[in-house]
Amino acid sequence: MEAFTTHTGRAVPLRRSNVDTDQIIPAVWLKQVSRTGFEKGLFAAWREDPSFVLNDPAYEGATILVSGPDFGTGSSREHAVWALQQYGFRVVIASRFGDIFRNNSTKMGLLPVILPEDVVKRLQDAAEADPKSEITVDLVERQVCAGDLVVPFEIDDYTRWRLIEGLDDIGLTLRHADAVEEYENGRQPWLPTTV
Amino acid sequence: MGRTLAEKVWEQHVVRRADGEPDLLYIDLHLIHEVTSPQAFDGLRMAGRTVRRPDLTIATEDHNVPTVLGPISDPVSRTQVETLRKNAAEFGIRLHPMGDAGQGVVHIIGPQFGLTQPGMTIVCGDSHTSTHGAFGAIAFGIGTSEVEHVLATQTLPAYRPKTMAIEVKGELPVGVTAKDLILAIIAKIGTGGGQGYIVEYRGEAVRKLSMEGRMTVCNMSIEAGARAGMIAPDETTFEYLRGRPHAPTGEAWDRAVEYWKTLRTDDDAEFDKVVEIDATALTPFVTWGTNPGQGAPLGSAVPSPEQFADPVERAAAERALEYMGLTAGTPLRDIQVDTVFVGSCTNGRIEDLRAAAEILRGRTVVTRTLIVPGSMGVKKAAEEEGLHEVFKAAGAEWREAGCSMCLGMNPDTLKPGERSASTSNRNFEGRQGKGGRTHLVSPQVAAATAVTGRLTAPAEL
Repeated sequence: MEAFTTHTGRAVPLRRSNVDTDQIIPAVWLKQVSRTGFEKGLFAAWREDPSFVLNDPAYEGATILVSGPDFGTGSSREHAVWALQQYGFRVVIASRFGDIFRNNSTKMGLLPVILPEDVVKRLQDAAEADPKSEITVDLVERQVCAGDLVVPFEIDDYTRWRLIEGLDDIGLTLRHADAVEEYENGRQPWLPTTV
Repeated sequence: MGRTLAEKVWEQHVVRRADGEPDLLYIDLHLIHEVTSPQAFDGLRMAGRTVRRPDLTIATEDHNVPTVLGPISDPVSRTQVETLRKNAAEFGIRLHPMGDAGQGVVHIIGPQFGLTQPGMTIVCGDSHTSTHGAFGAIAFGIGTSEVEHVLATQTLPAYRPKTMAIEVKGELPVGVTAKDLILAIIAKIGTGGGQGYIVEYRGEAVRKLSMEGRMTVCNMSIEAGARAGMIAPDETTFEYLRGRPHAPTGEAWDRAVEYWKTLRTDDDAEFDKVVEIDATALTPFVTWGTNPGQGAPLGSAVPSPEQFADPVERAAAERALEYMGLTAGTPLRDIQVDTVFVGSCTNGRIEDLRAAAEILRGRTVVTRTLIVPGSMGVKKAAEEEGLHEVFKAAGAEWREAGCSMCLGMNPDTLKPGERSASTSNRNFEGRQGKGGRTHLVSPQVAAATAVTGRLTAPAEL
């Protein structure tokens, strides 16, 4: 996983709520068996509309997506995270996230930042007023800075540590292989197997 | 203080707990399909890892498979299915491929085989894994990184979600189904209402639901934002499980039932949140918008965006009406549809097909109507009862098992601007095909709609 400490970049205001993962990456893109090439499918249907914000050249190269509430609802497809990252996003800011999407993001090093809806709106307004303005997302200090605005955000210590170190969860769990084996020896005898 | 059902099942599965870290949770059953697994198997290979418990893992082909006989014509879909076959063979995982008697939608076959049992932890790279919570299991959808994690370790690091009770008061009126109930619940609490929670559905109306109905309710927990939904096991659960291929037998059955009976929320347990819903006031429910929370009673009209006080909801409603091609104030009963779809992990079980057949018996459909059994097992059961003859006589198409038009990864899709009444779970923009417009309905409303060509409750026929 890509480590994340602090990131400064320009923002794209996505003024929509309930941005489900079917919109982020439509199902037709899920047929791929590789992990790359998903940037082309990001918001594929919405990008057909020339007025869609990602088609505005002013936002080319932006790395922070600032969305309306309930971003990443619906399907568990991690392809949504891959598509955002491969397009160039490092951070998504919203007031609420779908649980599975948020979890998938932290496994991949895409930082989901939860901020109050009024702050999200201010960040969207600022990005609209001046697409060149920058936002700094500091995971070490757990704060977002944009112009005069400095806002703290919450993230649990463990996830923060894992992201800062760029650690692979599987490697961490395998350190506890003994505990897993001990647990397995005590499982209820009637539990089914697929054999 | 007592514990909730969710807390009991969670605690039973904690492998390791440490301050400031998520619990390491043991996973009893891992379900796999072709779409969210290929990159996970690649990850294992790159790291030189194996599958820790192939004997707790099962795979099926469902999302991409065509529902007409013959090979997969789309080469990309075919490659994905072939990749699953190679991975299952390489890592020693039981697979039910297309054409196999055990093949079907991943959330239909688990319960069908008796692999889904009370008190288990079950995961799958699919958000509708919440279905299995109907048995009193903790079951939730995961992403591909977590699929790889479970393959390698049979565990997941996770924080225990908060607990929410949804108390359904009174009985459902005649003609009101599990699907109407869950659509009404989602409309009430919203698509984000369940975020961060495991929901337990409780109350008289829930107790009276069949296992199929309970699965329909738990299936759509994720549409309210909750990763998992649960219903405490009872005699209905035990009767459903008894005699299934992977259910315990003899003395093991007795011991299991004894334990399963303890899997209920204690009387003095407290939930983090409680929501009440009056079952007696419910009527058939459908969606009008582009998220599952945008629903209303079938007897009402398309709402006006001005009705929503919250500016975000208002903007979402405006956009939804534009996408759906609907005008505020139009009675929902006047909405004409082009296609009716009965199937999916939400409503593709035998009881759903029986309900649709009862309405279509002796009638004729006026729309394109796809009846897609959730599994080959369901298909066989339906054919033994002669349901397929009822569907065919009515002019509906009787298909092979798969996810089909629920998400249109196979050839079953809507064309731009086409409108469906669908028993599936998501009415998102483009979900059933680019530009397609979806109204979520129960199997009963779907069948009645196929007869009239507009959204219709069976009572109106």
